[in-house]
Amino acid sequence: MSEAAVNYRPMWTGLGLNLQNHDALLNVLGELYSSTFMTQKNRPTGMAYFDFVMSEVHGLRIKELMDAKAEGRKVVGTYCTFVPEELVLATGGIMVGLCAGADFATDEVEKLLPRNTCALIKSTFGFKLGGVCPYIEASDLVVGENTCDGKKKAYETLAGLVHEFYAMDMPQTKSPQGRALLKAEYLAFKEKMEQLSGVTISAEALRGAIAVVNNKRRAVQRLARLRAADPAPVSGLDALLVNQVSFYDNPERFTGSVNTICDELEQRITDAAGVKPAGTPRILISGCPMAVPNWKVPSIIENLNAVIVGEESCIGERGSRGLVNSEAVTVDGLIDNLVDRYMEIDCAIFSPNTERLDHIREMAEEYEADGVLLYGLNFCTPYQMEGLSIEKELETSGIPALRIETDYSQEDTGQLTTRIEAFIERIGG
Amino acid sequence: MNSDCLGIDIGSRTIKLVHLAGDTVSRREVADATSRPAEVVATLLADHPGVPCLATGYGRQLLEINDTPSVTEIKACARGVTSLCGGNRTVIDIGGQDVKVIVLDGNGRVSRFEMNDRCAAGTGKFIEIMAQRLDYQLEAFGAAALTGNDSLTISSLCTVFAESEVIGLLNRSERREDIARAIHRSVIKKVSGMFKRIAPPGSSVTAVGGGARNPALVALLEGELQRPVDVPEHPQIVAALGAALLCGEMRNR
Repeated sequence: MSEAAVNYRPMWTGLGLNLQNHDALLNVLGELYSSTFMTQKNRPTGMAYFDFVMSEVHGLRIKELMDAKAEGRKVVGTYCTFVPEELVLATGGIMVGLCAGADFATDEVEKLLPRNTCALIKSTFGFKLGGVCPYIEASDLVVGENTCDGKKKAYETLAGLVHEFYAMDMPQTKSPQGRALLKAEYLAFKEKMEQLSGVTISAEALRGAIAVVNNKRRAVQRLARLRAADPAPVSGLDALLVNQVSFYDNPERFTGSVNTICDELEQRITDAAGVKPAGTPRILISGCPMAVPNWKVPSIIENLNAVIVGEESCIGERGSRGLVNSEAVTVDGLIDNLVDRYMEIDCAIFSPNTERLDHIREMAEEYEADGVLLYGLNFCTPYQMEGLSIEKELETSGIPALRIETDYSQEDTGQLTTRIEAFIERIGG
Repeated sequence: MNSDCLGIDIGSRTIKLVHLAGDTVSRREVADATSRPAEVVATLLADHPGVPCLATGYGRQLLEINDTPSVTEIKACARGVTSLCGGNRTVIDIGGQDVKVIVLDGNGRVSRFEMNDRCAAGTGKFIEIMAQRLDYQLEAFGAAALTGNDSLTISSLCTVFAESEVIGLLNRSERREDIARAIHRSVIKKVSGMFKRIAPPGSSVTAVGGGARNPALVALLEGELQRPVDVPEHPQIVAALGAALLCGEMRNR
């Protein structure tokens, strides 16, 4: 995001980016990043790695993708934690999450999508139509998963805009039939990856890929446990950033960097060093995912007298919970294990989805949260619907909850600040 | 003198100040926010040099540069109402650009609250715009609505579209006071919806904010909620009063 030391412009031109738009985006992002992250006090030094990754998120990381492509490896772009990275890695490919966290080229987007579409889907299109996402341009394959109706129908249009599009169907119930559907889809995706890469996935390669992704999850899970100390050794914003970076970075390098910061956090906990004093009101965020650079609500929360101790979110614990059992002899057996783990993701597209409420309660208890902020994007029917009943359930059992519905614009910042501040006053006694 | 405290409520339309000398309100002011709220605040505060102050309201950050502490208007309003009417009630605050419903427990603590999102529907500003469109002085608008009948309905909650509806009704030569009543009813519909979502059954109701000075809003609210609605003597300065009280409590802690 900062001024790149290396000239990446030829690479961006080669990818077909709109350089004028892209410059404008990088300027805004750079300023937003500085004002959101670099102004935080008492940051762990290990965050320097993630600052660096973000500063090179459209530079060095794209260069790495292009180098890998030159070696014949495939880049797969995705929008959802249900797309199994293991099957991409097992063919030598690289999986990246695609940009969907800011409004861009809205005029162009609204030629293709209804205005009352959620900000995340609109952003997906905005980054593509504005020519500002090097990840989507570098992707040999873009995978769209049929989660919500908005995404499912929008993908029909997106399919015509990218190099190659692949639709993955999704179950809506956690039934045996639902599980069978997911398995069939994962088998079909395996074949697709084999055809795309020319590599036949062996059990050994898949086991190796499972180990890589499990290690990544273990590192993020370790961070989740450590950040919950009081005083919080790392801000919620920084912890969210680590989760966000997990969708872009090289998995092994990312895992190492997360473990390095975790070592530092353990020392901080021993020293009772925190980003805010002990006893600061603690908030758990739950709901729609927050993709880079959607830091609006966490930034409001932590600029007030509170700290975020966890995210029950796809970019957070919903996405990183659990591990895949790597103990199976055959590829089919390993894919069964993949399905077992991914079926546990308590996405709001499932009906019923009572496990999500259980997980929110567990997280609130384990991290000693004083309250839960239920975050919904406007027009995201699944999470908005669940938000109402979850709010009621939490309040009934004595866990304060604040339900907010917003988008990526800044126009409601004043109102949100008042509501969140009043909530913090309420839970802070 | 040492026990003096100020509460200043920097709202979107008006800025309110309360000076507490011990338990007594020694000064109470309401000023138009104008296009230069910071100057209005400075002028108001200049009359009370050296008195500790707590800020609240939409513009509470205005004073943060002077290291003046602040609380949200929800907390301030809760404190103000509790001092005047006691806890165990639900507060409806109709302000310039916000409507809030605040549930208070027996100790006057906020147990739930609801606030309109980015929309002027149901707020003082909505009423102000409609009064203007119908050529009423704001003060006379509520009284006119009380004389109207329930024959008309404004269905849109969007200020712009509601104004279109009003124009349509005027073009049909409907009576101004009936239109005024329909406008007030549409506001109460929105407010009572928020109220019913979070208020405990049978809860007592107190209305505050500039909107509580409007007799039609209060009367219609009583009809809609089917219970009496208390209005403190100076409903507009309740949050400023609460801020002044909290200021004193913070100092004594």
